[in-house]
Amino acid sequence: MTEAIRLLVGTRKGAWTIESDAARAGWTVKGPLFLGQIINHFVADPRDPKVMLMAASTGHLGPTILRSTDGGASWTEAKAPPAFPKGEPHGRSVNHTFWLQPGHASEPGVWWAATSPPALFRSEDHGDTWEGVKGLNEHPKILDWLPPDGGTPDGAMVAGIAIDPRDARHMYLATCSAGVLETTDQGATWRPLNQNVEASFLPDPFPEYGQDSHQIALAPTNPDRIWQQNHCGVYRLDRPGERWERIGKAMPPEVGDIGFSIVPHARCDQTAWVFPMDGTDVWPRVSPGGRPAVYRTRDGGASWERQDNGFPKEQGWFTVKRQAFCGDAGAPQGLYLGTTGGEVWMSGDEGESWRQVCAHLPEIYSVVAAPAP
Amino acid sequence: MISVFVPSQLSSYTGGVTRVQAKGATVGAVLDDLDRAYPGLKFRVVDEQDRVRRHMRLFIGPVETRDVSRPIADGGELLIFGALSGG
Repeated sequence: MTEAIRLLVGTRKGAWTIESDAARAGWTVKGPLFLGQIINHFVADPRDPKVMLMAASTGHLGPTILRSTDGGASWTEAKAPPAFPKGEPHGRSVNHTFWLQPGHASEPGVWWAATSPPALFRSEDHGDTWEGVKGLNEHPKILDWLPPDGGTPDGAMVAGIAIDPRDARHMYLATCSAGVLETTDQGATWRPLNQNVEASFLPDPFPEYGQDSHQIALAPTNPDRIWQQNHCGVYRLDRPGERWERIGKAMPPEVGDIGFSIVPHARCDQTAWVFPMDGTDVWPRVSPGGRPAVYRTRDGGASWERQDNGFPKEQGWFTVKRQAFCGDAGAPQGLYLGTTGGEVWMSGDEGESWRQVCAHLPEIYSVVAAPAP
Repeated sequence: MISVFVPSQLSSYTGGVTRVQAKGATVGAVLDDLDRAYPGLKFRVVDEQDRVRRHMRLFIGPVETRDVSRPIADGGELLIFGALSGG
């Protein structure tokens, strides 16, 4: 069964929404919102879909959080966006919020924000005011784990947050220079969780920390299963295990297992999708061979199948950033991806076929699927 | 009072007005006063460590400053510009 979807699209030049009918067949593009603002993430609260947040900045101005409490009809700016304490010992200031995460179902109004430089912030009032999470931001090893200048082209960052749906205290972070970090006390203490995850760009290729985790996702029906798209491959970890398995080794060698995002199936913990990109020589980060495709596993990563029906067969040099590939909760599950060339593509049949629903947007940073209002 | 020029990047805070009045004996104090009138404006110009953001420029009259502790005389002028950057 499917329902109407509203895609929340954040771009380098503003935000758009793309709304479907109940069959996800017809799509209508609406916008722009905040034209010219860099929107790194645009998220609706599944606990209260009228609450929506955007992580915003511009080429000139500092970062902020934009909020709507009426489903996007009106927007205001957060009273106190994420910021380090004045005079903090490392001199850090927030460059931008990268990831916005609605909190645990038991904590209405709580949101988490992951930033560049790498840090974590928490709001208890639907994103209006934010406080730093001292257990991470002031951790004695913070400059080893997450140096402010130690990262990726858009700045070192905490790139993602995952919360155990069974326990609000249990969280994971995907980071650009400490791999995956885990807390079991809601951020008071943290530890690296990176056994057997490669960091081929370091002298010790399997360090305790130092990995570049592009994205993590918990299987919705089995939160003990963690999927990870890493700078160095696709991995899976089944807790309470500690050792990740590089399931991307089963991908075709000519495609490789490098990419930014990974999407779990809403109802099957054996199934996930990735969007491989070229990770050879100078890391082109475009579809290998100019032939875009997603790859699906339906056996926990033991094997992968190519899904490219509808995508260009040649000269399709897609780049899909880590927040720009997502799924909905429909049956069959809808999949959505946005490219840095401003195209949005969708599949209504779990990846079997793809069609373009929108082109000519600015560079897409994020795509989030939410129920239509 | 200080006469403040507000650039287009910040005009959404001031209702489109590009010239406003504010009080303060230093650049930072003037920005604090502006922030009281137009909440959120200061943080988009100056970060939490009181550093002028990389792509913003401040002038006291004709003299550029990146130091928010710089004094500004009553009756003076503070000019806020977006730097020449973009794309």
